Amino acid sequence: MKKIFAIGNVVLLEMYRRKDFYVLFIVTALITAVMGSVTFFNNAQIVRYLKAISLFLIWASSLFIAIGATARQIPAERESRTIFPLMAKPVSRAQMLVGKFLGCWLACGLALVIFYVFFGCIVAAREHQWPLANYFQAWSLHWAMLGIVVAMTLFGSLVLTAVSSNLTITFIATVAILLVGRYLHKVALSMTEPSAAIFTGLYYVIPHLELFDVRDLIVQDWPPVPWGIWLIAIAYAAVYTGLLLLLSWLVFRKKVLR
Amino acid sequence: MNIVLKIEKLRVEFTGREFRQTTKVALSSLDLEVGAGEIFGFLGPNGAGKTTTINVLLGFVTPKSGTAYLFGIDVRQPIARQRIGYLPELTYYYKFLTAEELLRFYAKIFGLSRVEADKRIDRLLKLVDLESARRRPLKTYSKGMQQRVGLAQALINDPDLLILDEPTSGLDPLGRMKVREIIQRVKNEGKTVFFSSHELGEVETVCDRVVIINEGELKAEGRVAELVQKYLTSSLEQVFLKVVGYQANGDRAPATSRVPAA
Repeated sequence: MKKIFAIGNVVLLEMYRRKDFYVLFIVTALITAVMGSVTFFNNAQIVRYLKAISLFLIWASSLFIAIGATARQIPAERESRTIFPLMAKPVSRAQMLVGKFLGCWLACGLALVIFYVFFGCIVAAREHQWPLANYFQAWSLHWAMLGIVVAMTLFGSLVLTAVSSNLTITFIATVAILLVGRYLHKVALSMTEPSAAIFTGLYYVIPHLELFDVRDLIVQDWPPVPWGIWLIAIAYAAVYTGLLLLLSWLVFRKKVLR
Repeated sequence: MNIVLKIEKLRVEFTGREFRQTTKVALSSLDLEVGAGEIFGFLGPNGAGKTTTINVLLGFVTPKSGTAYLFGIDVRQPIARQRIGYLPELTYYYKFLTAEELLRFYAKIFGLSRVEADKRIDRLLKLVDLESARRRPLKTYSKGMQQRVGLAQALINDPDLLILDEPTSGLDPLGRMKVREIIQRVKNEGKTVFFSSHELGEVETVCDRVVIINEGELKAEGRVAELVQKYLTSSLEQVFLKVVGYQANGDRAPATSRVPAA
């Protein structure tokens, strides 16, 4: 585990010392601050709408951070050839993959903590209440979902040669799953074979990222999801993350490094 | 003599990704043994298969057939690399880290305790004259300084076998001297050095035994003095040229010989 944490720590250090994410971070924080604090005639509907926009921004930024940071991890190691002195040490390829995953996922988790706490503070300052359970569930499910996205991007970075193709394809796939993933089997009903079978198959194979979107808990002030369901969702994310990491390892373990 | 590095009938092939691209044989049935405490020179012209051999030893490339062992452990197992240090031809390190952070990172990979890592980092940075620059990011280092950080990271685990892939390539005379001093120091500590280089004068000076490979096959093996005598020449450079079949007009004719190790 020490080796995995050491690799993860270097990923975190790299992200901390790079400046490009700061811009995204500051812009998101600023917009969230403005949207979250403005009061339009105390109209509850408008307030909810502004909260929804702020949370949408947090979701979009977190996806950019997760996919952007992960997509270049292994290609950058190969391009700058830093992978050679690292893999010449007693590190297995599985340890390297898990270390990279852990670094990126932890970075996403930290970014989310900052975003949610910041947003929570602004909303609490106006509404004088902070439903902690709602925020915790929204944050934890969001983070679990990003685990799947990070593992998916890592897999893409091993299959697709160019970072840009991986970025584009993973981003489109993630957004597509979030938007239409839940309707695939219904769409299949209106199709003929073999398209219907393909769409039904896809529905059962893809990770349903939309299940982790519980922004309405915060926007609509709904009661928290039952903790049993929350646990099942976390386990669902863990299984898909594990499967994607396993697939990545199967691709990476025999890859020639030169 | 204990064998620290052993290669048996190693064959490596590379197939291009493009349709109908032919398979290139990088190594063909290579056999090699390096004993403990030796400084072993691994020579050959560009494209001979030197780096491919090193890549197999480090687990970067999986051979088509044959086996390679480090300290009796199959190189496909990461633990085989626990007692080795590796310095690549060019320096490739995380530019956003400082020398101290880089060495600490590699120390963690080797599972060193914090106290032990601190001690080794201090000693190595002193050895490679980088004490004053230890907290500067590597991106601000000159090429020579980066190569010295490379040497330090190769020694962080106090390796019993040091694999150097053209360690003096592109260094100024002072840098070369430093590398030579460190190689000598490692040898004096009874460690083994596996050394690939094009600097034949340097190899002649520091190596106990050399092999020359060409087109993926071992062409000559033995002590420098023995090879010079065997090929009726006056220097290792002339032996090298003869073995790779170099003629004045630029043509190459194959030659193969093996002088038993003393």
